[in-house]
Amino acid sequence: MKIAVCIKRVPVMETKFAIAADGTRVDEAGLKYDVNDFDLWAIEAGLQLKEKNGNAGEVVAICLGPDAAQEQIRKALAMGADRGVLLQAATVPADGLSVARALAAELKEGGYDLVLFGRIAIDSMNQMTGPMVAELLDLPCVTNVCKLEISGGTGRAERQLEGASEVVEFPLPALLTIDDGLNKERLPSLKGIMAAKKKPLDVKPAQLGDIKVSVTKMALPPERAAGRILGDSAAAVPELVRLLQTEAKVL
Amino acid sequence: MANVLVFAEVRAGDVRKVALEAVTAGRQLAELSGGGSVHAVLAGDAGIGGKAGALAEYGADSVLVLEHAGFAQYNPEALAATLAQRLSGGTYGFAVFSATAQGRDLSPRVAAKLGSGLAPDLTSFTVEGGNVVGQHFNMNGKTIATLTLTGSPAVLSVRPSAFQPAANARPLATEAISSATDPSASRVKVVELKQGNTGKIDLNDAPIIVAGGRGLKAAENFKLCDDLADAFGNAAVGATRAVTDEGWRPHSDQIGQTGRNVSPNLYIAVGISGAIQHLAGMRTSKTIVAINKDKDAPIFKVADYGIVGDVFDVMPAFTDEVKKVRAQG
Repeated sequence: MKIAVCIKRVPVMETKFAIAADGTRVDEAGLKYDVNDFDLWAIEAGLQLKEKNGNAGEVVAICLGPDAAQEQIRKALAMGADRGVLLQAATVPADGLSVARALAAELKEGGYDLVLFGRIAIDSMNQMTGPMVAELLDLPCVTNVCKLEISGGTGRAERQLEGASEVVEFPLPALLTIDDGLNKERLPSLKGIMAAKKKPLDVKPAQLGDIKVSVTKMALPPERAAGRILGDSAAAVPELVRLLQTEAKVL
Repeated sequence: MANVLVFAEVRAGDVRKVALEAVTAGRQLAELSGGGSVHAVLAGDAGIGGKAGALAEYGADSVLVLEHAGFAQYNPEALAATLAQRLSGGTYGFAVFSATAQGRDLSPRVAAKLGSGLAPDLTSFTVEGGNVVGQHFNMNGKTIATLTLTGSPAVLSVRPSAFQPAANARPLATEAISSATDPSASRVKVVELKQGNTGKIDLNDAPIIVAGGRGLKAAENFKLCDDLADAFGNAAVGATRAVTDEGWRPHSDQIGQTGRNVSPNLYIAVGISGAIQHLAGMRTSKTIVAINKDKDAPIFKVADYGIVGDVFDVMPAFTDEVKKVRAQG
């Protein structure tokens, strides 16, 4: 089974962001980076499928991003992916379709049985690149996959909705976006980290097309004013309910 | 002037509240761009056309009804083809989707077919020089990006609860349309819809949400939240990621950056510390109440009212008080 996993380098979010001087992006000074969480689950899904198939085939990690994203590709290789591809772009555009075009161009002749994405990149929060690539390559596509079975040339997945889920059947080759809950990603072993250094990693320029969506301003959300502490026990409840009725007017 | 095509989301044969929100957003977009028409696409099994009235009530000038057994379940391939065909005719300047699991699956397919830009999950927008300029949470909900969307037709999706449905009645006008492809020939087939919380109000529809965190200590203690929600009568129960990871509540109940984004009138955080990922999914709630025994919990920084106390002491009293107040009516 030949599986491509598209991953993204994103800032580690446990930080206090500041806005850069040009007002259209976050200040990158001091930021740390990692593989997008959802993409780690996509890598794990790819590795598990390969292992179930007697380790036949390969898992290829593909990332569109700056040179430094080689570090994130190496992490995928350390987890067990066989080779990596970096589609070089100094910055990743906000326009998901231009990113999708560049990824589709790379995936087109790859002969992949499955193309996996994380459901959403937590930096742009675009949540669109996967289904756009599927459309450009005319692949069956299932998003938000939280359960997955592949047998022979077909798959069965469950996709998460708000307060419900859908069971979906599809033929291979296909493109899936992986949601929270499908698996827990493995940590790279020391052996894996050593092996990753010797695995092939191709670097080529990303073929980004025209741009129709751009970030023209970036801001921090307004702080909510801290409220009132009404007490330290059930004795404060009548006052709380009274304020909800008379002040907040929500009851 | 630009006409707007709105995709009206249906689940299990019913128009969802998010569809009315999308029509409301579509109406705003039409007015902002000089007074175009709003057409809503309503797809489903035979008989779905009978639900078109709600869309007219919220501002759809025309409801395009797509009835076929092949749309009894979500049919992304036939829907994307049909919407792209409609949108490529030059009639529409904009397409509006809900930023739900379904809308965020469908809108990228349509945008890719058209070669259009897609601005996702907008919480507000204006129109400048014919272009949509909209606000979108990014960086895990820690920053707000203003996106400028060029080209026509432009595709956007709106965040659930960000645009409250506003009645703006039009005379009901419907037009039957047909699918651009054979709906039974789609490769991706939804074979079953599993409804969670059947009979209970959905998190995105509930004006009041009672959400529980790790402070509840065990799955069975969520009864405290369920009881308070029942006392309100119009409340839904949500949970934090820690809770859904423990398996105390289903994953679909998770509120936060990787789960649901909610914006109710009243949000009651029970035993929730208030991790940034959780706050990102509920900070736009109108009024926030926090009950937590740790006075330094970050949830108190966003709460309007707080009780620094034991949830096992406070919650039964809260439920009794709400019952009492409601009985007085």
